[in-house]
Amino acid sequence: MSEQKIADYEFKPGFTGMAKDTGSDQTMFKGVHWGKAMMWIFLLSDTFVFSCFLISYMKGRASTTVEWPYPSEVFALTVFGVSVPLLLIAIMTFVLITSSGTMALAVKYGYEKNRKMCGWLVLATAIGGLTFVGMQAFEWSKLIHEGVRPWENPFGAAQFGSYFFMITGFHGTHVSIGVIFLFIYAYKVFAGHYDTQKRGWFTTMKGDYVEIEILGLYWHFVDLVWVFIFAFFYLW
Amino acid sequence: MSDEIDNKQSIQAQSSETMNQYSGSAAADIDYVRPAEIPEQDLYHGHSFITKWVFCQDAKVIGVQYFLTAVFTGVVGLILSWLMRLQLGFPGLAGFMTAEHYYQFVTMHGMIMVVYFLTALFLGGFGNYLIPLMVGARDMVFPYVNMISFWMFFIAVAVLMASFFVPGGPTGSGWTLYPPQAILEGTPGSGMGILLMLVSLSLFVIGFTMGGLNYLITILQARTRGMTLMRMPLTVWGIFTATVLAMLAFPALLVSSIMMTLDKVLGTSFFMPTILKAGEVLEYGGGSPILFQHLFWFFGHPEVYIVALPAFGIVSDLISVHARKNIFGYRMMVWAIVGIGALSFFVWAHHMYVSGMNPWFGFFFATTTLIIAVPTAMKVYNWIITLWRGNIRINTVMLWCLGFIVTFVNGGITGIFLGNVSVDVPLSDTYFVVAHFHMVMGIAPLMVIMGAVYHWFPLVAGRMLHEGLGKWHFWITFLGAYSIYFPMHYLGFIGVPRRYFEMYDSPYMTSAIGMNEFISLAAFIVGAAQFILIFNIIKTLKTGKPAGKNPWKANSLEWHTSTVPPEHGNFGDRLPVVHRWPYDFSVPGAKEDFIPQTTPPSEVVHTEVEKT
Repeated sequence: MSEQKIADYEFKPGFTGMAKDTGSDQTMFKGVHWGKAMMWIFLLSDTFVFSCFLISYMKGRASTTVEWPYPSEVFALTVFGVSVPLLLIAIMTFVLITSSGTMALAVKYGYEKNRKMCGWLVLATAIGGLTFVGMQAFEWSKLIHEGVRPWENPFGAAQFGSYFFMITGFHGTHVSIGVIFLFIYAYKVFAGHYDTQKRGWFTTMKGDYVEIEILGLYWHFVDLVWVFIFAFFYLW
Repeated sequence: MSDEIDNKQSIQAQSSETMNQYSGSAAADIDYVRPAEIPEQDLYHGHSFITKWVFCQDAKVIGVQYFLTAVFTGVVGLILSWLMRLQLGFPGLAGFMTAEHYYQFVTMHGMIMVVYFLTALFLGGFGNYLIPLMVGARDMVFPYVNMISFWMFFIAVAVLMASFFVPGGPTGSGWTLYPPQAILEGTPGSGMGILLMLVSLSLFVIGFTMGGLNYLITILQARTRGMTLMRMPLTVWGIFTATVLAMLAFPALLVSSIMMTLDKVLGTSFFMPTILKAGEVLEYGGGSPILFQHLFWFFGHPEVYIVALPAFGIVSDLISVHARKNIFGYRMMVWAIVGIGALSFFVWAHHMYVSGMNPWFGFFFATTTLIIAVPTAMKVYNWIITLWRGNIRINTVMLWCLGFIVTFVNGGITGIFLGNVSVDVPLSDTYFVVAHFHMVMGIAPLMVIMGAVYHWFPLVAGRMLHEGLGKWHFWITFLGAYSIYFPMHYLGFIGVPRRYFEMYDSPYMTSAIGMNEFISLAAFIVGAAQFILIFNIIKTLKTGKPAGKNPWKANSLEWHTSTVPPEHGNFGDRLPVVHRWPYDFSVPGAKEDFIPQTTPPSEVVHTEVEKT
């Protein structure tokens, strides 16, 4: 970006130069699409939502008087008579991280105006996300089958069930919303809306491949949050 | 929908040669402003009643919609406060008033005034109307999202108002909604009431996030040519910083609302400890009520500044315009706003000194709280120095500004009392606290709102509000508000507790009774005086004096639009080009006592104007 010249604007060197660039007229982030800037700020806000959830979880777990369940037993999966700790969750995490990879490639092909590749990769990302949500539903039903509820938990502290269902549910909602948008965007890519700058269904904004990147930002964020949830629920 | 777009607005950004009317002359160099970085925004122009006035994408209409909805809730809040004062001043006079009703009115009054009135009015109302105009944009950057934002707010208000009509009535747990009592039987509205409140708050946060993203990106990425950050009016700075605070503080409210909803509906125990009720152990257990208090006040304290910072910004602009003098220490004012905003995230537990938290916490939070006094005091000094030797016009707007400074200083000083743990503990939950926060975040921002209404009404409606009525409105409100809240400090000192339905036969009864009657009478008068404004607005819309262009001779861009009131798209064919800050008043050597932001330097070479 530093080499780029935007509408006669010359970037200035050093710390004071950075301050001057930031405070210059028209835009603070030179050449950054409005939607992209919006998504970054939204994600900052969303970070605070998940932080509040996770900090509450830490407080709840730290102050409970009843024993907290042992994660490698609760989240174990029995395969061919052998109990493998964290098996499902490892697969889930792998699928979600892989979908981040396909998303990043979709952005690249989008900017190269490679409509077909971009569309297939967005679709692959959507399917990855859908798989993740499906496996999460499986995990939920397994725990519910074993008697874990938001209000009680046979393995120990009741708050385990409360926080687990709430936080993974909230994250799962984020993934589901992302999946819905990924399917919509895959359709829009294949239909060529971004090549012809067709206007959106509601917003009347002109279509542009930058939208793939904006959705990509959201998708990577959802993955990143999952890494934290993974660490705090399954590894702690 | 593409064929419905009016392509007239989609003029391509013109190159610097054609834009610069001085090209070829010697003046060309000093008047040079970089060409546009961003292409012209294409706007969706409504063409039916529904798309023009109901589901409208014009930020100005959305601003007015926010304003009217917020004022409606504000009137509801005002009526609730009357009912409370009726009970406190004249117990038993209103036959229907039970203790349960009283708590419900206290709760709803607090929540309505803080969230649905002040926040929505400053950010949704003034933010939507003023940001695009003041930074020189055609509209908000995402007009469709902006429209949804208002309708989410509208639904949130509808849900909140619905709680008055459900079985059990609205929640009566105090505006802080502390668990466990908020959701336990015995508290008024612990059934549907609290549930609707939590749902309404969540909807408000979602709606606000949509609006807030618009405000931030419009300010950061859609300013006009020449509009640097340090040339923005302080109003924009105040609203900008407040929106940043809201984007980071409302998540805590959303999370606490979700968790309490689950506690209520699913029977989880996030905030619920083991509870004995009539000798019976309830299902709940193992949760932490203090956790809710931390989450709530992590939202709640920045919320105070979400209300205060736009007020600071707006009042700076009003004082500067009506004292015909540049704001003193503009950069200091900007950094004070930003500094107060940053500090406000590190003070939340000063609302919890009596919650039983670790005393070291109290020490830390008392320190950070008192540090906030430094930038705040800087701002007050700067307002006063701006007035000093200014060409002050004592009109209605200026009166409201002066009223703001007085009430704000008053409320700020009692804040220093309450920020210290050792002073706060005996004063906690007394009327001293009520007096403090009403003075500092009730009356003071309200004074600014009123000043802003008198200042910008000519822009919105094209007619001048009646000055005489305005002065009556001001003096009754100002003196009346002092009559209400000044005696409350004394009530607090003698130990009258807040949120009590009745005083019964307490030893301080005798002196408190007369004072309560006096306060109530003042409250009735002040409340009624607000209808002067509504009358004034209706009268002005019918028969008011036409304002013409720029009646206050102000510099900022909103007064230099192509038409008054501005049309959709704000600035006609060409966006304005900015050459200076908005505070060039009474510049020696200039023809008039103001130099609009759009005046190029070549036109003012013989004046003593400074480069900004």
